[in-house]
Amino acid sequence: MSAGTLEGTRTVYRIEGLDHVFDAAEVHALQDIDLRILQGQVVSFIGPSGCGKSTLLTIMAGLLEPSRGTVLLNGEDVDGPPDEVGIMFQRATLLPWRTTVENVLLPIELRHGKRRTKAYRDQAEDLLQRVGLAGFERRYPGELSGGMAQRAAICRMLITEPDVLLLDEPFGALDELTRERMDLELQRIAAARDATVVLVTHSIPEAVLLSDRVYAMSARPGRISEVIDIDLPRPRTLDTMALPAFVDYTGRVRRALDRGHEDS
Amino acid sequence: MALTTPVSGREPRSAGGRRRKRSGLGRAGSFLNNLPQPIAVLLVVIVVLAFWQLIVAVGGVSEIILPPPLAVIEEIGVVAVQLATGGFLLGQLWLTIQEIVLGFLLASAVGFLLGLWIGQTRFGQRAVMPLFVVVEASPKIAFTPVFIAWFGFGISSKFLMAAFMSVFPVIINTAAGMSAASEDEVKLFRSMRASSWDIFWKLRIMRALPFIFAGLKIAIVSAVTGAVAAEFIGGGVGFGEQVRVAASRIALDRVFALIFYLSILGLILFGAISWAQRKFAFWDVTSITRKKEKK
Repeated sequence: MSAGTLEGTRTVYRIEGLDHVFDAAEVHALQDIDLRILQGQVVSFIGPSGCGKSTLLTIMAGLLEPSRGTVLLNGEDVDGPPDEVGIMFQRATLLPWRTTVENVLLPIELRHGKRRTKAYRDQAEDLLQRVGLAGFERRYPGELSGGMAQRAAICRMLITEPDVLLLDEPFGALDELTRERMDLELQRIAAARDATVVLVTHSIPEAVLLSDRVYAMSARPGRISEVIDIDLPRPRTLDTMALPAFVDYTGRVRRALDRGHEDS
Repeated sequence: MALTTPVSGREPRSAGGRRRKRSGLGRAGSFLNNLPQPIAVLLVVIVVLAFWQLIVAVGGVSEIILPPPLAVIEEIGVVAVQLATGGFLLGQLWLTIQEIVLGFLLASAVGFLLGLWIGQTRFGQRAVMPLFVVVEASPKIAFTPVFIAWFGFGISSKFLMAAFMSVFPVIINTAAGMSAASEDEVKLFRSMRASSWDIFWKLRIMRALPFIFAGLKIAIVSAVTGAVAAEFIGGGVGFGEQVRVAASRIALDRVFALIFYLSILGLILFGAISWAQRKFAFWDVTSITRKKEKK
């Protein structure tokens, strides 16, 4: 999308020697994290609670300063939420006093002020339409279902046209069926924009279905125990989940997580 | 809910299919429970008035001690005429309204600012908030003579008493409201690089609104109490003074009539705050009943 991109080869994130300790609790949340994420790649961090996967994402989002190590985004130090990154959390966190479209426009309003936000309204409505929320623009979040709210949160993330999507268990609060549909929708959106996606999840099928690469993590201290590359054809569909290779991959991720569990 | 049809109030059958015998009391209970609300309220009022009349008629209580309801209603009419024709009482009522509104506005402004400070600083939360909670729990009305002593018999002691009575709920609720925004929401705003100014105005204040309005509702009621109490003691002017004068003449029908109008005044002021709450904090669950009417 952006000019001068060397498809699939440019390094987006480079993390070296990353350590993080929560001082107050003296919890060694992350230890010796080294990784590289390439342009257009979809990667997942998966592991038990307490393995630091969300902390890692929070650091990558520039919301938390690591105790040690470097985090480079497109070659630059991350020292605050970068412009080219869009973030989504487990809860949609829509503001109940704003209509759906006003919620989608919130990042624009915070960046450019209220007056210049009007120019983006069509764009926001277009995004909502593309995720099946046409007609709900003027509804308040209280009237949306969990899945609809999460779709609106996707639109809010996309309105600034981010190249990198950081997703912290984005569909973890949804039921299984809705989650699968949302996963595929996410794949479609990411592919259409050639976006780089970093996903934190504790669902093995979700990680395998979406990712090019899965980082299995173990807890106390949180570190990457194994890296599994997922070589399945794209676009992936619900049928992909029935392929023997898919089943094989989920087994490998599970065994990696089990081994990581025994180690710690 | 008031529109659901009362029908027969039949109980579901027990598992054996045998219909249970119901006592007359149970039948009456379900009849009362299924009355439309306005009619139910009216029914209670009529019962209370009838009971009141009964005590006066057969209980041997002197009409001077307890005027019958009809006498009070008549007196309410007399006062209404005075108020409508701009008589002496209207001036007194207007004075009381000024005291209440002035006191309430002062309490809202001071309470809001203090609440903001307390809610946002650790020192405020830990050192100042407990003191205000203690004062709020104390019988603040006992300070009335102090206010008269300090500020004299004019209007200032009254509106300051009204403000004193109503400032604490505003402080405490505003302070509590300042921490109502969730960590997720703050994190979201920070991830969108919001300034602290934006986080304050577009998140924290909005989240605090339901709390602030809850405080304001208590405050307006307290302001009425404070102003009237100060008039009782501080003398000279106001509707509360008229209540005291009527009571000293043992004109209890007049006393009840004046209290009736003070209650109406309180209701109107409370209603105004509720209206503002529904308008500005419409998204809060407590006012979700309005959900259907969106433009």
